[in-house]
Amino acid sequence: MAGGRFLRYIVWRLLQAVPVILGVTVLCFLMLQLAPGDLATVLAGEAGGASPGFIEELRARYGLDKPLLVQLALYIKNVAVLDLGFSFRHNATVASLLAERLFPTLLLMGSTLLLSVGLGVLSGLFAAIWVRTWRDHVISLVAIVAYATPLFWVGLMLILVFSIRLDWLPTSGMEDVVAFYEGWDRAVDIARHLVLPAITLSLFYLALYARLMRATMLEQRGLDYVTTARAKGLTERQITFRHVFRNALLPVVTMAGVQVGGLLGGSVVVESVFAWPGLGQLAFEALFSRDYNLLLGIFFMSACLVVLVNIVVDIVYVLLDPRIKVGT
Amino acid sequence: MKSFWARFLGNPRVLAGIAWLLVVAVVAVFAPLLAPVDPFEIVDKPFLVPSGDHLFGTDSLGRSIWAGLAHGARTTLIIAIVATLSAVAFGAVVGALAGYHGGLVDDALMRITEFFQTIPSFIFAIVLVAILAPSATSLVVAIAVVSWPPIARVVRGEVLSVKSREFVQAAVIAGQGDTAILLRQVIPNTLSPLIVTGSLLVATAILTESALSFLGLGAPNLMSWGFMVGAGRSFLRDAWWLVTIPGVAILLTVLAINLVGEGLNDALNPRLADV
Repeated sequence: MAGGRFLRYIVWRLLQAVPVILGVTVLCFLMLQLAPGDLATVLAGEAGGASPGFIEELRARYGLDKPLLVQLALYIKNVAVLDLGFSFRHNATVASLLAERLFPTLLLMGSTLLLSVGLGVLSGLFAAIWVRTWRDHVISLVAIVAYATPLFWVGLMLILVFSIRLDWLPTSGMEDVVAFYEGWDRAVDIARHLVLPAITLSLFYLALYARLMRATMLEQRGLDYVTTARAKGLTERQITFRHVFRNALLPVVTMAGVQVGGLLGGSVVVESVFAWPGLGQLAFEALFSRDYNLLLGIFFMSACLVVLVNIVVDIVYVLLDPRIKVGT
Repeated sequence: MKSFWARFLGNPRVLAGIAWLLVVAVVAVFAPLLAPVDPFEIVDKPFLVPSGDHLFGTDSLGRSIWAGLAHGARTTLIIAIVATLSAVAFGAVVGALAGYHGGLVDDALMRITEFFQTIPSFIFAIVLVAILAPSATSLVVAIAVVSWPPIARVVRGEVLSVKSREFVQAAVIAGQGDTAILLRQVIPNTLSPLIVTGSLLVATAILTESALSFLGLGAPNLMSWGFMVGAGRSFLRDAWWLVTIPGVAILLTVLAINLVGEGLNDALNPRLADV
């Protein structure tokens, strides 16, 4: 593949993201309009009340007395330079709060992705190899139950069993803050705290990928290239692992990319169950303090993250599958 | 080939699903008779373990968990079903318009659909409910707003394949208007995938509603299963049943709907069922 063409493809994909991000921004603005009270009343409320005259003055200062379209333009201009407003509850800019909480969420999502894709692909593969035997039935049954289980409930049940009854793993948080671990000990401590949240968030997606993998494996097995491979005298094992497995992997990769938005949503629930100090926990706090600026900032950032991941998945896909041609 | 009903009802998974859904439906409909107390009313001492007096025990305030389950079934089912019906109606209109008109209308509507599919749906639902203020209506609106895109895509695909058939051309020649053709000729022929997708959406809607209620965004004054799990989580160490029982109810109901929905899909598409 020509390097220049590939670069053009990346630029083109990035340009495609612009209207989506713009749409998200407009959506945020509209929802902010729907929210009860505006910036001026919030400020006045924080200050413990203010005269109507002062509120008017605040409105004029922040441009809230301007026509709606001018306000929207202002809002877009601010978002473009990543000025997502100010959180009065935390007394910090929304952007700085988001940056602070990004890492724990990415850590949780990354581990979940590895766990769910890895185990999902494996269990789907084995279910397909053992199709219509009791082992396939057991895998499929577990998958269909996991697929129907509410995340928050799995989290609580895991805490009940592994933290409260067996006392193997910590119940909440990302690390033991009073232990002052450093270096390797700290990494181990974080890993121990990560186990239950990552399993909780993985379960649903693991089931999803396992079912998808099984279905695609079975579908691929009936295709012509498998007959060709068999006619060439390859063993069933070679056919399964070298040919069918690789082709069945592609839909799972696509699905994993599509599910990133869902993963972010799930992390709100999981982080609130395990008090994991990431974006989800921040969203949960913002809900209770009715901190709409912060809530919309989290929404905006998650949407950007999803768009970004989709672009990365598309690019990885082009690299993985030589049949996909770009920029013809 | 066996008939649709034989394939559908001959599937043991479907029968198990239907059986559980019947139980839930009966409990939900007759909740005031089966559990004749207000689910928010204190009936006995708090933290009573499940026993003969109180079938599933009492919660941290001494409210009956059985009453909560029965009345919660109503809330959860009504919100999930109304939200799904709204999403199906809206998605079907969008999908039908896009598929039937094609061209610019199709492009514009599909871009919007893709946009709604891209943005993280659960976080969007949280923001919507928070901003509209938690109530049964805002739950329905939020769940419907995040669930219509798949319906729109399914209907659009079906409409595209149906609209070039002879019976639609015949209707055009017979002078029927666009609306009449869409409603009378095209939509009825897209029903089966619509029913499958819609039935599976109910399960997703229940999961979303419970998660929102769990986070404290549920309808106030209405008992729901997610709220019960959320209210019981602080007492996990001492009273496991507060969290476990309503969670099992959610799990079984979602599972039952998925089983029936997939059975429906297999029975409607017998050639694909064997994969």
